[in-house]
Amino acid sequence: MIKTLLVKMVIIFSIAASASIETYQFDSPQQEARFRQLGFELRCPKCQNQAIGDSDAEISGDLRAVVYRMIKEGATDGEIKEFMVARYGRFVLYNPPLDQQTIVLWLGPVAILILGGVLVLLRIRRSTRALDQRDS
Amino acid sequence: MSRWAVWAPLAIFSILVGFFFKGLTLDPGAQPSALIGKPVPPFQLTDLHTGKVLTRQTLPARPFLLNVWASWCITCQVEHPYLTELSDRLPIVGLNYKDSETAAKNWLAKLGDPYATQIFDPSGRLGLDLGVAGAPETFLVDSSGVIQLRIQGEVNDRVYQRQIRPLLETLK
Amino acid sequence: MIPEIGHFALVLSFAVSICLATFPLYGYFTRQQGFLATAQPLTLLQGFTLAVSFGVLIYGFLTHDFTIKYVADNSNLDLPWYFRMSAVWGAHEGSLLLWVLILSLWGVAVALFSRGIPVHMSALVLAVMGIIGAGFLAFMLFTSNPFVRILPFAPPNGADLNPLLQDPGLIFHPPMLYMGYVGLSVAFAFAMASLISGELNSMWARWSRPWTTVAWAFLTLGIALGSWWAYYELGWGGWWFWDPVENASLIPWLVATALMHSLAVTEKRGLFRSWTLLLAIAAFSLSLLGTFLVRSGVLTSVHAFANDPERGVFILGFLVAVIGGSLTLYAVRASKVSESGEFGWISRESFLLFNNLILTVMAVSVLLGTLYPLLVDAMGGGKVSVGAPFFNAVFVPLTAILVSGMAFGPLSKWRQADDPRLYRPLIVTMIVSVVVGLVWPTTLGGEYSIATAFGVTIALWLAIATAVDFVNKARSFGGIRRTFARVERGMIGMWFAHLGVAIVIFGVVMVENHTEHRDLRMGVGDRQQLGSYEVRMTDLSVLRGPNYVADQATFEIYRGDRLYKTVSPQKRRYNASGMVMTEASIDSGFTRDLYIAMGEPLDGGDWAVRLSVKPFVDWIWAGAFLMGLGGFISVTDKRYRQRAVEKQPESCVEGAKA
Repeated sequence: MIKTLLVKMVIIFSIAASASIETYQFDSPQQEARFRQLGFELRCPKCQNQAIGDSDAEISGDLRAVVYRMIKEGATDGEIKEFMVARYGRFVLYNPPLDQQTIVLWLGPVAILILGGVLVLLRIRRSTRALDQRDS
Repeated sequence: MSRWAVWAPLAIFSILVGFFFKGLTLDPGAQPSALIGKPVPPFQLTDLHTGKVLTRQTLPARPFLLNVWASWCITCQVEHPYLTELSDRLPIVGLNYKDSETAAKNWLAKLGDPYATQIFDPSGRLGLDLGVAGAPETFLVDSSGVIQLRIQGEVNDRVYQRQIRPLLETLK
Repeated sequence: MIPEIGHFALVLSFAVSICLATFPLYGYFTRQQGFLATAQPLTLLQGFTLAVSFGVLIYGFLTHDFTIKYVADNSNLDLPWYFRMSAVWGAHEGSLLLWVLILSLWGVAVALFSRGIPVHMSALVLAVMGIIGAGFLAFMLFTSNPFVRILPFAPPNGADLNPLLQDPGLIFHPPMLYMGYVGLSVAFAFAMASLISGELNSMWARWSRPWTTVAWAFLTLGIALGSWWAYYELGWGGWWFWDPVENASLIPWLVATALMHSLAVTEKRGLFRSWTLLLAIAAFSLSLLGTFLVRSGVLTSVHAFANDPERGVFILGFLVAVIGGSLTLYAVRASKVSESGEFGWISRESFLLFNNLILTVMAVSVLLGTLYPLLVDAMGGGKVSVGAPFFNAVFVPLTAILVSGMAFGPLSKWRQADDPRLYRPLIVTMIVSVVVGLVWPTTLGGEYSIATAFGVTIALWLAIATAVDFVNKARSFGGIRRTFARVERGMIGMWFAHLGVAIVIFGVVMVENHTEHRDLRMGVGDRQQLGSYEVRMTDLSVLRGPNYVADQATFEIYRGDRLYKTVSPQKRRYNASGMVMTEASIDSGFTRDLYIAMGEPLDGGDWAVRLSVKPFVDWIWAGAFLMGLGGFISVTDKRYRQRAVEKQPESCVEGAKA
């Protein structure tokens, strides 16, 4: 009975494009918050571009179940992410850690901000000098 | 603006165009498996037909295909005849993924059984360890049990000729 | 036969656009008035032929003409008429037709409302828009023709419109968004016209300012509508996902916002001319780039169009021609712009530079994050993902920095404004916003949220500073009514827009940090507490819609003992495609939305149900609406209206003076 229901649900899930709603029970609000955060940071390996927490693909449901189980078993967020990366690759991390491959990504905005800031300051200084010359 | 700075936007755009051009030849959806070059993960599951315990050690000692399938998977039916054809050339180990025993057996009885052995994985535990995202997926495993290639989706002659055969020949 | 008329009109408009792209330019370089004068009639003709073409496609949808492949792929006999209308732009080919139609309508508007502009200028502007139109029409005719027929064996019924798109959101969202995207082509065309003619004074900024503001306002509304649509239609209850398609609209929006502010300096003070030109080129180029990213398949997105590498190559070639060409022209001409601006460290010019800096860094960062997976993959680094965590980490601090400056800008004066009295009101603003911001989270119950305190402080800082600016002006004009009557409309627009930003920030902070969210198992008769409400499931039923079957749950929401409302969310399965859609029921309120969605059926006839209270979520869209409204208000300014009726010779004199 449960198996046939499972098969039915599998069929429903595999074509569904809507919200994922499950009824997991947690020991504490912290656990639930971690579950939500991981659902938001882990990418569904088979979808177009969705986090496992947003996706109704069957694999996302499976991975949410894994995350739930691991949280209940006391695994840390790092361990859970490591578990996922070992199986599905770095692709599953929506929040890639800073390393050689992502250094341009993470430091790029800071670098542009500094470079642009310097250019802006130089530009203003040029105009203030003109102003000073005029006034003096 | 200074004389060189006005060319910077064009330079940046040109670099981007290079990337875009390369990007058109890439498939953003294609995903290499994280397990390439790694051994098949350890498992302890039963044979669908005999109920005997299967482990990493019971896998064939020569290059083989590990085909992840299920009776609820439509593409698996599509690739089934080609797998039957392929089974003359190299052993195919089945991994029956998140399926029910009766449904799987009926399916094989109806469509034929090209599999050398059939690993029964109703909970999808080995599938998870293999990084399976959905059925069908097919792995090429070498004689020492190391994963060499992963195909997501249908295996057909084109996939075999382009991806599996060249690699298989280097393994022999 | 009728589809052939549409097809023919499309071919005709392509021919017209080629004439438009060449005749005025030829006339300009050979100094022949006759050729210059073709720009206006050709633009009108292009608009007419495209309108015919578009009308024919609508007719095809309304009459179920499944001999047209595009109709057969995107419509169905059961599809209601209003969705058949909007299905016209529901997929790649038709949305391109809408894109080009809107481009030509912008051209028509420029042709009709540019009597105050020298003839050669408006002719060049229309010619540049003609070049863009010709490129897109070629793209349509050669790779994406919506009038391709299935003959002689047309299918008896169509494949149906994607159920996600069967929503009023689709009727308004794409046209609004395209109005914005494509409207940026006007500023682009003005910039190009002044680069071509070498008239790099600040006149082009004055001419293109209202167009840019209107385009920006449409873009703002388009993005907001898209976000609202995703919120209630996708069934996830989220309002922004940092998907490449969303980013493709946000990046031009950020640059257009920078451009609006930069145009003000260029117009009023003649400063930053080459930077403003670059922004005008960048804003439209980035909206073209978005088109490429969405339609070529180089990025994975939830709502990408069907991919086709051939189309990708075509658009990329077009991008190289348009963007590469314009940036080359820019490099050649802009290096000759010399400007000797004079302004002090603390001046409106400095604050606007600061604004441009932050907005540019935001735009570049979003672009970097969006393209990063592609860049890594192209360099052989495999697949990486960049998602919401990255974008939030970049966007939140930059927004805070930007907003802190937004309070100073309007109080400052041109040239030099280091009089501390100007900024004295900000001391009180600071104190009030920090105090209220710190206290606010304690009124919400639950754990104290520093993020909320910070976010609310920022939002209040901006809102109060805007109000203070308004009060100051009102005092000097002697009354609110007189202020609204006398003050520049641009300033009123700015107040609305800045207040809108504050409201958006407040909504975002509240909904992101204080959404109460419960996933539960519920059956008929079950009761659950949801915030201060009690939710009872009273009924489960199966309904038949025109083209779907739905499971519907009925919930009664009680506040205390009183029945507050009855709602009925659905889970629909569409007949033609078999797709399952969640129709959440949302009770919108001033301070919160109650969000109830059905998940999956569970054993024993129960359903998994999602109950949420989303505080102040509607403020996000209300704020965005205020921003858009501000944009529209500011273009009603007298000086823009006057110019429309001005006689040409006068404005030529005016142009010569400037």
